[in-house]
Amino acid sequence: MSEIGAIADHQQPEIDPGRRKFLTVATSATAAVGVVVAAVPFVASWAPSERARALGAPVEVDLSKLQVGQMITPTWRLKPIYIVRRDPAMVEQLPKHDNSLKDPKSENSIQPTYARNEMRARRADLLVLIGICTHLGCLPKQFFDAGDPVLGADWPGGFRCPCHGSRFDLAGRVFNGSPAPTNLTVPPYDFRGQDILIIGSDDAASKGAA
Amino acid sequence: MAYDTASRTGQRRAVRSGLWGWINERLPVDVFWRSQLSEYYAPKNFNFWYFFGSLALVALVLQLITGIFLTMFYKAGAATAFDSVEFIMREVQYGWLIRYLHSTGASAFFLVVYLHMYRALLYGSYKAPRELLWLFGMIIYLALMAEAFLGYVLPWGNMSFWAATVIVNLFGTIPGIGPGLVEWIRGDYGIADATLNRFFSLHVAAVPLVLLLLVALHLVALHEVGSNNPDGIEIKEKKDLRGRPLDGIPFHPYYTVKDIVGVCVFLTLLAIVVFFVPTFGDLFLEKANFEPANPLSTPDPISPSWYFTPYYAILRAVPDQRIGALLMLIAVMSFFFLPWLDRSPVKSMRYRGWISRTFLGLFTISFVALMWLGMQPAQEPYVSMARIFAIPYFAFFWLMPFYSRIDSVKPVPERVTFHG
Repeated sequence: MSEIGAIADHQQPEIDPGRRKFLTVATSATAAVGVVVAAVPFVASWAPSERARALGAPVEVDLSKLQVGQMITPTWRLKPIYIVRRDPAMVEQLPKHDNSLKDPKSENSIQPTYARNEMRARRADLLVLIGICTHLGCLPKQFFDAGDPVLGADWPGGFRCPCHGSRFDLAGRVFNGSPAPTNLTVPPYDFRGQDILIIGSDDAASKGAA
Repeated sequence: MAYDTASRTGQRRAVRSGLWGWINERLPVDVFWRSQLSEYYAPKNFNFWYFFGSLALVALVLQLITGIFLTMFYKAGAATAFDSVEFIMREVQYGWLIRYLHSTGASAFFLVVYLHMYRALLYGSYKAPRELLWLFGMIIYLALMAEAFLGYVLPWGNMSFWAATVIVNLFGTIPGIGPGLVEWIRGDYGIADATLNRFFSLHVAAVPLVLLLLVALHLVALHEVGSNNPDGIEIKEKKDLRGRPLDGIPFHPYYTVKDIVGVCVFLTLLAIVVFFVPTFGDLFLEKANFEPANPLSTPDPISPSWYFTPYYAILRAVPDQRIGALLMLIAVMSFFFLPWLDRSPVKSMRYRGWISRTFLGLFTISFVALMWLGMQPAQEPYVSMARIFAIPYFAFFWLMPFYSRIDSVKPVPERVTFHG
C-alpha cells in the first residue's frame, strides 16, 4: 500500500453504524431533556402571580343589613359570592322537589362538609354560594319567585343561567335537564358573631380571626 | 457574471448577466418565479369557487397590516384596554377605519375560508394525493379560530370578558387536569389582567407566526401536488411533448389576473361593510361589547361570533357538560378525517350519485341552521332544533365510509370540461 493510500485510509476510517446511532440518540435525548427543563420557567410563569395569590385571601362581609329574601354579591378571588337570606317558606320548599334534581344530596358537588346537607349551608336561613355556573362559568341570574312566568308554574324559585339555560334551586342544586353537571359550589366560610361572614376560611371563629 | 438555469429547470433559458444575474447566482429568484408562477400549471377550468384561496391570503395580509397599526395604539391591561380601543375609535386619526377594517376583516376571513373549505367538499379536493394539503388547511382553520377568539377578548368589553370565561372553562371539562389547567391559562382565580396580557401576546405574536408558517406549508404542499379542479381529474396525467399538462395554463399571468379581479370585488364588498354597516347588525361587533368588562354581570343573551355558532349550538344542545364539549370538539375535528372517510372512486360532486349529493345538501342546510340556532337564546324550541340538525351534520362525516362506497358514479371525462 502506498503512502498516499495509507493517508486516504486514515482520513476515511470505517464507519461504525452502531456507534453513530448511539451517539445520535444519546445527543438527541440529552437535548430533549434540556428543552423540557428549560420550558419549566416559561410554563410556570403562567400560574397565578404572588400578587394574585395574596389578593385571594379571605374577605369579611357584614350581613346586618341583609333583609329576608334579599341577595348580595360580594367578590372573593374575583368570583361573585351569592349570599341570600332565605325566608322559612323558601327553606320549607327545598326538600319537596328532590326528585327533579340531578344531585339532591350533593354527593357529586363541591362544598365543605358542613354544607353537605339539604340546605347546603351552615345555617338554614343563609345561603352562601360561588355564583358561577358549574357548566361554563356564567353568572346565574336570580329568579326567586315561585311560578315565574318565564320558567313555568312549577318553578319553585332559584337561579337560571343566561348562557346555556342551567337552572338551580334556592340551595344552588341543579335541576335535571340542565347542562351544568353539578350543584353550584359552596366556598369555605364561617361566621364571627351573628352578622360577620368570613369567606375563604373554614374556621375563622375557632382561630379567633379578627 | 452569468449563469445558466438550464441545469436547474431542465429547459433552455437566456443566460442572464449584470446585477440580476449576480443576484440569481446567490438567490434563485428566477427559478422560483418560473417554478411557482410563470411555469406552474394550474387546471384551465377553474370556476368561481377558486377565488377563495387567494382571497384568504389577501384577508391575512389585511389583518396583519391593520393589526400592526392597532398594536401601536392599543394598551393591553384590564385598566387600559377598553379605553384605548375607544381612543382608537374616537381620537386616533383614521383609527376607526383601521379598527373597522380589522374587525370586519376577521369576519371576511372566516367567510372566505368557509367558502374555500366548501369548495373542497364540492370537488373532493381533500382526496389523495391532497390529504396533507387538506390537513395543513385544517390546522390553519384551527389556528384561525384561536386567533379570532384571542382577538375578540382584547377590547375588554363585557362580551370579551364572558367569551373568555366560557371558552377557557371549556378546558375545565377535561377529566382530572381540567380545573388546574383553567387556572394556569387564566393566571388568576378568574379572567383577569394577567389573562388579557397573555392573550394579547398570543394574538399579536405567537399565533400569527404559526399561521404564516402553516400558510407557507399549505402552499408548498399545494404546488407539489397541484390544484384539483371542478372535474376532479389529475391534469398531470395528460401532458404534451414538452411535459406541460394539456389541461393546464401557467398560473401567471392567467390566474394572477383572474384573482386580481376577485380581489377587487372582495375589497369593494369589504369597503361597503366597513363604511356603512361595520357592526353588521350585531354580527361583527356586538352591542354588549360596547360596555366595559364586568365580572359581576353576564350579558343576556350571550352568543359567540357568527363563525363559531354552529359548534356553539352543538355544545348547548347536550344536557351534559362533558359530552357537550366532546361533541363540539368532534364537530370541528371531523373535517380532519375526510380524506379517509371518503371512499368514493371519484372526487367531484359532478360525477357522484344522488346519495352523496343529498348528504352534502343536508350537511349544508344543517351547518347554516346550526349557525343561526347558535345565535338564538338557550331556550326551546332552539335547543331541540339544534339536536335535530346535529344529526345530519355528524351523519355527513361518519356515514360517509358507507354511503360514498355504495353510491352510483357517472363516468369521469378524460379531459377537463367547461360548464360556464
